[in-house]
Amino acid sequence: MSWVTKTFKSTLGQKLIMALTGLFLIIFLIGHVTGNLLLFKDDGGQAFNEYADFMTTNQFVQILSITTYVSILVHIIYSILLTYLNKRARPVAYAKVDPPKESSFSSRNMGILGTIILIFLVVHLQGFWYRMHWGEIQQVTYDTGVYKNLYAVVVWAFQVEWMVALYVIAMIFLGFHLSHGFASAFQTLGLNHRKYTPAIKFIGRAFAIVVPALFASMPLYIYFFISAPEKLPF
Amino acid sequence: MMNLTLKVWRQKNHKDKGGFVDYKVSGISTDMSFLEMLDVLNEELSAKGEDPVHFDHDCREGICGACSLYINGHPHGPQQTTTCQLHMRSFADGDVITIEPWRAKGFPVLKDLMTDRSAFDRIIQAGGYVSVNTGGVPDANEIPVPKIIADEAFDSATCISCGACVAACKNASAMLFVSAKISQLALLPQGQVERKSRAENMVAQMDAEGFGACTNIGACSAECPKGIKLSNIARMNREYFSAVLSSDNV
Ligand code: HEM
Ligand code: SF4
Ligand code: FES
Repeated sequence: MSWVTKTFKSTLGQKLIMALTGLFLIIFLIGHVTGNLLLFKDDGGQAFNEYADFMTTNQFVQILSITTYVSILVHIIYSILLTYLNKRARPVAYAKVDPPKESSFSSRNMGILGTIILIFLVVHLQGFWYRMHWGEIQQVTYDTGVYKNLYAVVVWAFQVEWMVALYVIAMIFLGFHLSHGFASAFQTLGLNHRKYTPAIKFIGRAFAIVVPALFASMPLYIYFFISAPEKLPF
Repeated sequence: MMNLTLKVWRQKNHKDKGGFVDYKVSGISTDMSFLEMLDVLNEELSAKGEDPVHFDHDCREGICGACSLYINGHPHGPQQTTTCQLHMRSFADGDVITIEPWRAKGFPVLKDLMTDRSAFDRIIQAGGYVSVNTGGVPDANEIPVPKIIADEAFDSATCISCGACVAACKNASAMLFVSAKISQLALLPQGQVERKSRAENMVAQMDAEGFGACTNIGACSAECPKGIKLSNIARMNREYFSAVLSSDNV
């Protein structure tokens, strides 16, 4: 076995992959949430549609997108590998467990939290991403050109209570996943320092609240304040 | 004086399936250690001609790391100490106490509550040592070590290899132990000779023994009788990644 394969087969190497892909997904979330804030712009969706068009056509964004898809896949694959490895490390379970209060709920349930996020991702990508890339979407014309009206698809989707509920609930789980994952990734990378770790933990907790809350506010805003398009947008 | 019900894991040997057996013990003083309470049980069992409960112990003063036991969901019981230093005043009259062995693939049960922890010895053999030069003793002041580093190395060196970190961890990971052993040597000048191969070989042996992968939960450090810090695990990660990138071991 070469030293490279040996490293990535080791527990530490696999953890490194989890941390790097997780951190990349965090960067992705920052971009995604910032762009989507255009949904709040009161212009009938023009800015959002132009942005969505840019995101699907720009070459540089394409590279970032592919890195994101790969990161999600690799993150999921290694989470399964590591969870399986960790299950095998304790073949006989304890009859009585009482986790110490120092260990957080999220830290003990990263796999379950991740699985719920994954289920959400499937619904989410099918609803918006698949439609935008390969589905039939109505066109809309502005003085800047002709665009796919993704905004109408989004508004239409969030008229339905269970969709709004799904998004809000999924964001709560994402928040829990991040409340451990953010700081955990730095520890995995070996970054633990009496100067920086308290700051990393604080930023991690703030990130885990602010970003999912911003995401969750979008379906809620649309459900309560934006009325449905007159006809089905696809 | 207390009367207690013990739910004790009994297992004849490595192959036996094992199961819990309930015992009643009475007249237990709050000043007894947990192991002394088990001694009382074992004397009664021996008097009745039954097989006494097997458990590991040696120094009984909290320094050797031999004692174990997973008591009511905690390695070494409800206090952050060793089982030999756990006193019965931590329990109340009438309590039901569940006593299990350390549970990990790397720590197979030998009999009852006794586990084979030689996996830790093999991890130490893989790199937890320093090369000793022959010749005259070097002058101590020739090798300056900053106080803060010396303290940190000493903190790591207080690990007694008990295995409570593995027992506490949801993933049965041995990373707190291995990182303490890597840290105590990586921090000091004497540890530099084998520094890279130590990190590589000890991690490889840890994996080969079937211990799990850390997910930074922190239960290990919270339950460790010596309070070994999680920063050791981050240091091990640094040591390992920089070793694989820069060592000559292709
Ligand atoms: C936007 C989506 C996601 C983000 C931003 C994210 C982020 C992270 C981060 C930063 C970590 C910490 C890595 C470390 O501890 O070193 C992590 C861990 C983990 N993630 Fe995710 N994740 C996401 C989705 C998922 C999904 C879909 C799954 C599972 C199907 C998943 C399963 C896990 C598991 C099991 C861990 C624990 C591994 C560990 O703590 O070492 N994650 N995630
Ligand atoms: S790190 Fe703590 S719990 Fe783990 S073996 Fe050392 S002393 Fe025991
Ligand atoms: S018997 Fe030595 S530490 Fe408990």
